[in-house]
Amino acid sequence: MKAATLKALMKARADKAATALITDLESGAQTVVVDGVASGDIAMGPALARFVEDALTADKSMTADLNGQRYFIQIFNPPRRLIIIGAVHIAQVFSAMAAMAGYEVIVVDPRGAFATEARFPKVTLSTEWPDEALEALDIDKRTAIVTLTHDPKLDDPALKVALAREPFYIGALGSRKTHASRVERLTAAGISQQAIERINAPVGMDIGAVSPAEIAVSILAQMTAALRRKPARAEP
Amino acid sequence: MSESRSDDHDDILEQAATWREGGRKVALATVVRTWGSSPRPVGSQLAVEDGGAMVGSVSGGCIEGAVIREAMEAMEDGKPRLLEFNVSNEQAWDVGLACGGIVHVFVERVE
Repeated sequence: MKAATLKALMKARADKAATALITDLESGAQTVVVDGVASGDIAMGPALARFVEDALTADKSMTADLNGQRYFIQIFNPPRRLIIIGAVHIAQVFSAMAAMAGYEVIVVDPRGAFATEARFPKVTLSTEWPDEALEALDIDKRTAIVTLTHDPKLDDPALKVALAREPFYIGALGSRKTHASRVERLTAAGISQQAIERINAPVGMDIGAVSPAEIAVSILAQMTAALRRKPARAEP
Repeated sequence: MSESRSDDHDDILEQAATWREGGRKVALATVVRTWGSSPRPVGSQLAVEDGGAMVGSVSGGCIEGAVIREAMEAMEDGKPRLLEFNVSNEQAWDVGLACGGIVHVFVERVE
């Protein structure tokens, strides 16, 4: 790998651009494709360009055999995102664990006393109202949303936006009883039962979690299952 | 809390770049194809420097030793290599790929 190729890759990663690295597995020649623009030593014919596009869409690195040449197309997509509503104690542990698992973490809480950098070092903080914050964040299939405030004023608007989008995971903290009243409120707001059933609540895998760290483990486990346990579907 | 992210190419590429800037020889190994139950998915990477320090992984630890040996050679001769590890061949028993399956690993020098 040439120094210039490594630099281009690192810059594209920092810019969070959709990036593919093509390697000729025999000669080692490489080309980097960033947001559709190719630069490097492999000439990009239409057939190879199509392979690259497919790999980017599928979010999956793969080999491609073309005219007797074997190429490896490595996809460097931006990290998946986790948006946490509520800068509470659980969120402090949960955001750190999710970052370890590769997520870009964004914590939303309009209550300035909670969402402080001292409590959340190295996490993106938003003090907007949850629905406004989520509207601005372009929720996609590579996003997970978890509400942790216990406060309907904050959780409900976030869930309404989440249910109108296609994040791969939606979770809401709260007991069965809390969730039953939540379901009532969302139903009264005109949200369908089918949509409401997309909310994982009580949140997390049932492992008897008690402490904030244990609860974070149970939520991260459930998120992982939602992401990975889909043999019939392409990875989001 | 540190920024370490296990599923992350950033750390590996960044470390490779840092080693190069520090004057080390560096090689990069990448899983390009797998069959059967292989412990690390396609795209997983391992960076090695000539002092033997490494970051990342291309398996659960079973083929790293052999990959690092090849990486050291690639650092010297500059030739890229496509390695195959397979439980059904003897080399695999040598390196102890007890996990089953076939793994293709591409090894290249970082210039």
